[in-house]
Amino acid sequence: MTSEPSALLSIRDLHVEFSTDAGPVPAVRGVDLEIAAGETVALVGESGCGKSVTAMSVMRLTQGRIAAGSIHFQGRDLASLPDGEMRSIRGGQVGMIFQEPMTSLNPVFTIGRQLEEVVVLHQQLSARAARAHALELLQRVGISAPERRISQYPHELSGGMKQRVMLAMAIACRPRLLIADEPTTALDVTIQAQIMELLRELKQELGMAVLLITHDLGLVAHFAERVLVMYAGKIVEQGSVRDIFKRPSHPYTQALLAALPDPLKPGKRLQAIPGRVPTPAMLPAGCAFCARCAHAFEPCAARQPPLFELGEGHGAACFLREGSVAPGRP
Amino acid sequence: MSMPTDPTDASAALTPVRADAEALGIAETPAQQLWRTFRKDRLAMLGLYVLFVLFVVALVGDVLTSWWVVFDPTTVRLPDKLLPPLSPASAALAKDLLPPFHSYPFGTDELGRNVFARMLQGTFVSLSVGVVAVSISLGIGVTVGGLAGFYGQRKLGPFSVDSWLMRFTDVVLCFPTFFLILTVVALLPPSIYNIMIVIGITSWMSTARFVRAEFLALREQDFVTAAKALGLPEWRIIFRHMIPNAMAPVLVSATINVAHAILTESALSFLGFGVRPPYATWGNILADGRSYIFDAPWLFLIPGSAILLVVLAFNLVGEGLRDALNPKLRKRAS
Repeated sequence: MTSEPSALLSIRDLHVEFSTDAGPVPAVRGVDLEIAAGETVALVGESGCGKSVTAMSVMRLTQGRIAAGSIHFQGRDLASLPDGEMRSIRGGQVGMIFQEPMTSLNPVFTIGRQLEEVVVLHQQLSARAARAHALELLQRVGISAPERRISQYPHELSGGMKQRVMLAMAIACRPRLLIADEPTTALDVTIQAQIMELLRELKQELGMAVLLITHDLGLVAHFAERVLVMYAGKIVEQGSVRDIFKRPSHPYTQALLAALPDPLKPGKRLQAIPGRVPTPAMLPAGCAFCARCAHAFEPCAARQPPLFELGEGHGAACFLREGSVAPGRP
Repeated sequence: MSMPTDPTDASAALTPVRADAEALGIAETPAQQLWRTFRKDRLAMLGLYVLFVLFVVALVGDVLTSWWVVFDPTTVRLPDKLLPPLSPASAALAKDLLPPFHSYPFGTDELGRNVFARMLQGTFVSLSVGVVAVSISLGIGVTVGGLAGFYGQRKLGPFSVDSWLMRFTDVVLCFPTFFLILTVVALLPPSIYNIMIVIGITSWMSTARFVRAEFLALREQDFVTAAKALGLPEWRIIFRHMIPNAMAPVLVSATINVAHAILTESALSFLGFGVRPPYATWGNILADGRSYIFDAPWLFLIPGSAILLVVLAFNLVGEGLRDALNPKLRKRAS
């Protein structure tokens, strides 16, 4: 069916627009993304760069309109799937967890009822079997005393606990792909580590692929295999974790890494990126990063740079890299 | 635990579990939490007691007046007309006309009918009109408001669904409701069901607005997105996840609407457009009594106080619910 049978999810030239009073505003502008089965891919970028919109588009839950492009999941185009089939994919073969575990659970039902609802919906189990399955899931995500927790309400659980419950709901039907939209942003550091460790375990156990959306580069370095850096609705650089951290080739990626605090150099001034992200409504004709880039030269303002191949699976959308297969630091 | 040979061992194993559960804080359902807060409001509890008593009186009264001939509210006893409350029945009455216990606790009217029996019947009529009318208005209001809130953005012809539904609500809101009811009731055959339906379909607008506002806020909540991401169908998200979360203000307005519906029904009956005699309601007992205000004040005082009491009770309960459902006023258990 699909040209690359190895790809579980393959997004081609995705454009997402939001309609406003001032006309359509592009939030995602031609994103290509591929995830193989069992692979962990991180989508990195600042707030508002379109990474969450890309992820929501896979679930077809974005408020915006998918203007162009295709999203193939296991050979089927999700962008044109009928609603009913899309629903069975959501929570069935594709699970998703969100940034805010505090508000992602319905406050008026016990977590058990919410878990059972998902299980019954996708697997047509009896009430008793659903209960047993829910208990099993809670146990699997490391919730102590699940037989008591199952009849508690969300407000009685801590943030980390709620994210575990969300994770339990997302993996209830053994999805092939888990989309984690900033899963640990709202949690404190020790809980973050626990949740990411749990995510890693579950991924190995269920053999699922993970699309990790985050702005936390530390998380990416430890967890992901491949990284895509997004800026203003476009992928500006992609490559293996090694490529991105050892040989960052787009000035934006370099700036992002330079902005990370280094615990070994306390007191050192952090390198903020000057300027701000252009608003999607007023994007420049050329490279969107041009105005903030220290290395910008003539072609940058005029044309949009394509993704230049720099090596095995490594590419950067920057004219500095034009023709150079072995980039050095500028 | 099914080890009869060693009961001490079993209980020893159970005790730490219970202590542990207490430490964790046993789940308190939202309903229990509501009740715990509500109970602290003395006036609201008073209102609830009054309503409870009135509902019992209504049910018992309906049974007594329809099945027991001594309680028949339509029995005319001309020798005993316009007797004040607590009067004994006169000896001149035929035996099968005697009221229960040979006395009239609430007196008699100008036809010698037992006001106590008429009030019993009226309680049932008034309360059932209030409850049924509000159920109808809740049904319409929640549906209209829910549709407008959830599907509001969709276009339907030149306007959005939200515009269509809410402008329609505004139009209905512009009707002079009471005169509309009067007209409709004058045209329809007189029946208690018509009154219920007419009051119901002219009082759903505030509910619709509440529900719409709640839905607009809820639709953006993460748990609704999460529910969608889990593949739940839309109807399930609406009915199982959003409506229970939107019920708080609806419940409050429904309680107060019951009081309003009872008032409307009484006013209609008072004007002679409501439930037709000989069927008694608080409104027409009051209407019958208005010609004898000075000679027989109990004829309007008794139904008047009943109306006052029930409206007050519903309003107190509504206010209590509003406070109990307000998360800012709610205190957590210990």
